[in-house]
Amino acid sequence: MTSLPKNPSGKKLGLVIDLDICVGCHACAVNCKEWNTSGKMAPLTDLEPYGAKPDGVWFNRIHTFEAISDAGISRTVHFPKSCLHCDDAPCVTVCPTGASYKREEDGIVLVNTDICIGCKLCSWACPYGAREYDEDEGVMKKCTLCVDKIYNENLPEESRVPACVSTCPTGARSFGDLGDPNSEVSKLVAAREGYALMPEQGTRPVNRYLPPRPKQVGGGEASAPRMLAHQDDSDDGAGLLASWVDKVLSR
Amino acid sequence: MSVNPFETVQETVDLSPEVADEVKNTTCYMCACRCGIRVHLKDGKVRYIEGNPDHPVNGGVLCGKGSAGIMQQYSPAKLKKPLLRVGERGEGKFKEIEWDEALELATEWLGEVRKRDPGKLAFFTGRDQSQSFTGWWATQYGAHNFAAHGGFCSVNMAAGGLYTLGGAFWEFGEPDWDLTKYFMMFGVAEDHDSNPIKIGLGKLKTREDAKFVAVNPSRNGYNAIADEWVGIRPGTDGLFIFSLIHELLRAEKIDFASLARYSNAPWLVIDEPGAPDHGLFLRDAKGNPLVYDLVKKKAVNAMAAEITPAFAGARKVKKRNVVPSFQHLAKRYLSDEFSPDAVAETTGVPAKDIRRIAAEIAHVAFEEEIVIEQSWTDAWGRKHDQMIGRPVSFHAMRGISAHSNGFHTCRALHILQALLGSVDVPGGWRYKAPFPKPIPPGVRPAGPTKPGLPLAGPPLGFIAGPDDLLVDAKGEPQRIDKAYSWEHPLSLHGMMHMVLHNAANADPYSVDVLFMYMANMAWNSSMNVAGTLNYFTAKNEDGTYKIPKIIYSDAFWSETVPYCDLILPDTTFMERWDCISMLDRPISSAHGAGDSIRQPILKPEGDVRPFQDVLLDLGVRMGLPGMTKQNGEAQYPGGYVDYMANHERGSGSGIGPLAGWRGKDGDQHGRGEPNPNQIEKYIENGCFWTQSLSDEQLYFKPVNRSYLDFATEQGWIGHADPIIFQLYNEDLQKFRLAAMGHGDRQPPKRNRERIKTYFDPLPIWYMPFEEAEIDREQYPLHALSQRPMHMYHSWGSQNAWLRQITSANKLHIHTDTAGELGIADEDWVWIESRHGRVKGQVKLITGVNPQTVWTWNAIGKRKGSWGLDKNAPESNQGFLLNHIISEVLAPNKSGDTFSNSDPVTGQAAWFDLRVRLQKCAPEEFGFTEPMFEAFEHIPAADTQVLRYGAELKGEPSGEGVAERTWIGNRHENAANIKGVKDGKGNRIKGRKS
Repeated sequence: MTSLPKNPSGKKLGLVIDLDICVGCHACAVNCKEWNTSGKMAPLTDLEPYGAKPDGVWFNRIHTFEAISDAGISRTVHFPKSCLHCDDAPCVTVCPTGASYKREEDGIVLVNTDICIGCKLCSWACPYGAREYDEDEGVMKKCTLCVDKIYNENLPEESRVPACVSTCPTGARSFGDLGDPNSEVSKLVAAREGYALMPEQGTRPVNRYLPPRPKQVGGGEASAPRMLAHQDDSDDGAGLLASWVDKVLSR
Repeated sequence: MSVNPFETVQETVDLSPEVADEVKNTTCYMCACRCGIRVHLKDGKVRYIEGNPDHPVNGGVLCGKGSAGIMQQYSPAKLKKPLLRVGERGEGKFKEIEWDEALELATEWLGEVRKRDPGKLAFFTGRDQSQSFTGWWATQYGAHNFAAHGGFCSVNMAAGGLYTLGGAFWEFGEPDWDLTKYFMMFGVAEDHDSNPIKIGLGKLKTREDAKFVAVNPSRNGYNAIADEWVGIRPGTDGLFIFSLIHELLRAEKIDFASLARYSNAPWLVIDEPGAPDHGLFLRDAKGNPLVYDLVKKKAVNAMAAEITPAFAGARKVKKRNVVPSFQHLAKRYLSDEFSPDAVAETTGVPAKDIRRIAAEIAHVAFEEEIVIEQSWTDAWGRKHDQMIGRPVSFHAMRGISAHSNGFHTCRALHILQALLGSVDVPGGWRYKAPFPKPIPPGVRPAGPTKPGLPLAGPPLGFIAGPDDLLVDAKGEPQRIDKAYSWEHPLSLHGMMHMVLHNAANADPYSVDVLFMYMANMAWNSSMNVAGTLNYFTAKNEDGTYKIPKIIYSDAFWSETVPYCDLILPDTTFMERWDCISMLDRPISSAHGAGDSIRQPILKPEGDVRPFQDVLLDLGVRMGLPGMTKQNGEAQYPGGYVDYMANHERGSGSGIGPLAGWRGKDGDQHGRGEPNPNQIEKYIENGCFWTQSLSDEQLYFKPVNRSYLDFATEQGWIGHADPIIFQLYNEDLQKFRLAAMGHGDRQPPKRNRERIKTYFDPLPIWYMPFEEAEIDREQYPLHALSQRPMHMYHSWGSQNAWLRQITSANKLHIHTDTAGELGIADEDWVWIESRHGRVKGQVKLITGVNPQTVWTWNAIGKRKGSWGLDKNAPESNQGFLLNHIISEVLAPNKSGDTFSNSDPVTGQAAWFDLRVRLQKCAPEEFGFTEPMFEAFEHIPAADTQVLRYGAELKGEPSGEGVAERTWIGNRHENAANIKGVKDGKGNRIKGRKS
């Protein structure tokens, strides 16, 4: 089967996704699709685009669901999910042809569609369901971390990041080298206690999710009065009105 | 390629493919947000669309709709050629005709009506972003029956704000995202300001010093990320707001100083029940309102600088009994009927939560004030050393406005903002230019004109009393939609949702030509779809249609096209010129003015023309003033773009559709004569123009001398007088006085009680009409629809990519409610209202008010429309609540019937709907009903496999360069996280980008 890089550079490009502010707008998913449908794995084929079962290749999908905490508190969660570019990527080691591979220089997991035989072993092996099979072409496709965008000298500097990142309206997505503990993204993850998805699977994903922040309570829990002191408790507030008759306030 | 199985294959990844032959800037039109986009073009096709990082609206980000613009451009549902109906209405049988024939026919129909009776044209332009132009066209034609879609969108919000603060939440203002510390959002799942709200919420939450409270029956959309979700019962927001006001008043947590300066709270109101001026302000001989000065011990001009006004107390001034208007306000909301305990059950918000939220608001407003060391001078010439802000801000939209009690609720929220002293202050809610405007703005709507003549003014405007109504001598409506009549006096945006009903029933009269643009009236833009289709097809005894001629312009094969006679195919947004004008709804922010353009970046695919060009062409053919020179030649031979650059609003005013780079040399902004190079300047600048206010003009705009002078010079306001908040609205009282029998313009008998009740000069709450009419035990649930973020305000639900995200909507029900009804997840239910029933599939959730069910709107499509396959889920499983909403209320005791709309503004009361649920029999599962007959003659796409972009993959070009780091909300994160540099995205502060 296929080997992981023997001499990885230590660079691990990846995404950091802030679940506290993702509003589930699908901007990242659609901008990803439009970049990548003419990108390295072009096209991101759509079947029955105007028919009964429209279904296409998407490298990034948003799942919206309700989660109920141990304390019984329900929360609506928008969870964007794409390839996590794992260090121990089972989709690579399971590949019988070498089509699925992890780049030495930056850790991006790619598929060489020229030699992919469409056996789908990788999609069975991926615990995250991040692989996308193109039924029309008979090959497996997946998130490339916009490898043809982030290094692209034909684009202005601000565009040289993954499409999902620069388009995100709430700023919920960050991108950088998670292999470098001193990188800005690593510091963001450390500060926000970012976590890896399903670590028990042993895949050592590179991407990180930032958990929801503690809820703000408004005006500081310690200082804010929880109740306003009424100046008048009569039924109609007549006392207050009377006190305002002579209230002196200059313009 | 051949592969040696014994050799590791190394892939050479092309890191730097060519992307585009050309990159062009324009403005997105996938919804109403108007973001700047960069369109990468390759081989004449769209390779990639991204946000323009320099653009003031979106700053480089782009939502899912905008990114799916490619699929809109290549949609198989596009109209390709002018069409003339050959079958019956609704059949969809057309013949293709040439533009010459189409335009001649339209000219004949429209021209004949203009010569005979221009009031027999109803011209309604739907989701039009060129209303300052279409309204001007209507004026020149003489069409007083003109409006766009605001009446069924959110006129309550616009009117509520404009009649209180001279500006409104929604598009006319925005929270001070960078400074606000307590942000409350009412009734918003998604909104017109789609990306600015997302950007703002992202920043606000990342700052970690602000609280975000969402008030909404459903926890979808933005509500999901709120620090606190208040799952209020629909239609009761007004009570909740009153209760907050009640608590704040009781605790004296009111900014009296601000009210004394900036509001009419101390103005004296005549208090003599029965008198013809009861409830109006007492004024001096010059018409100035008066206040009672506690130092001078007498009544003085309220507009004077040095006053010490009384806020309460009955007094006698000029022999009249008077009280300050604040006394009325305080007395009403101090009443126990608005105490948290009293409203808790009705609103579904526990009393302790109302008390706590009021306390939190008060704490942030009064204990955490923001001081900016910036001097400014007020309208009275007094200098202030600092700008002091109370950092509480609100935003609200359709959830509170699309109710029959929405006007008062919207006004209440604007009043709460003012009571806190947080209007246009640091951290508060701020106006966007050209707002604030005088209250109400000075433009009055023009009524009917004589044959062949233009209107005396614009057809839409603001009315300040019964004298401005468009009614005949008997007090009956002059407009086809009954806007500006006693039925809905403040219907500022018209009432497009009533046009078909009224025209087909000849109530108040019939029309000869109905001319519409971009509004899906035969489907999701109408209440009572089945009934509306009957209005389209209703015939007289002689076999002619009751609405004799219908002209329609749109870019797509919507459900409405088959019901019209002459179809003028429009272009897509990437094939046209447009201007997002300061005369209409510009792209300004609180920091300054802005406007923008669209430029054609692709050739139109079919034989289609931009609607604005077509209107100008028709104008010339009819010889309309303003569009035609004396010799009959076109005033704007270059079409709409020629108009954009060269039209002046008022000859020699120097004010035109575009405010940037005016004057011969392009060095003037706001005012200046037309500049022949103006459009080029816009294109060079990324298709937008902005102008920053100076630091001293940024806040306190209603009373900021420097700002008011600047705004006057720019033509945004007619004079530089201070704009005083009208908490107590005297204009409303004028209507009430008329209904009580005063004055020479009084309402017809059937309108009197309505006017008396609903024109209260201070906000009131009443049960929404449908809820009040029906048996609430029979129909125990509220039903709402909201649009998903990836389709809000778009025509995108047939979009090949977006429909993969949502192609059928479900009815969301609270798990507990469903349990009581024996309904399980994925069951099918009949959703039954007093008007009818519709069938949909259930999704159980907990993030919804238990007495409320909701679904996504406008996913459901009629079979055979929009180029979709007849088996598309949109038509078979997707459903509309529109089918079960009546456009009229049940007849009252006197047998009179009114529109299902707000009685003040005419806003369609979509969210008043009440329903009951009935689980379907097993054989009824799987498909929606009612199922309207499929369109048989609309072309459907036969694409089985879409490989868009395969051929646009670029050639290798070079080795590539280093990637960039991107930190979302970099600026805010930098403040909290050591090692994260300040800046934006991958732009580090100090680094050249």
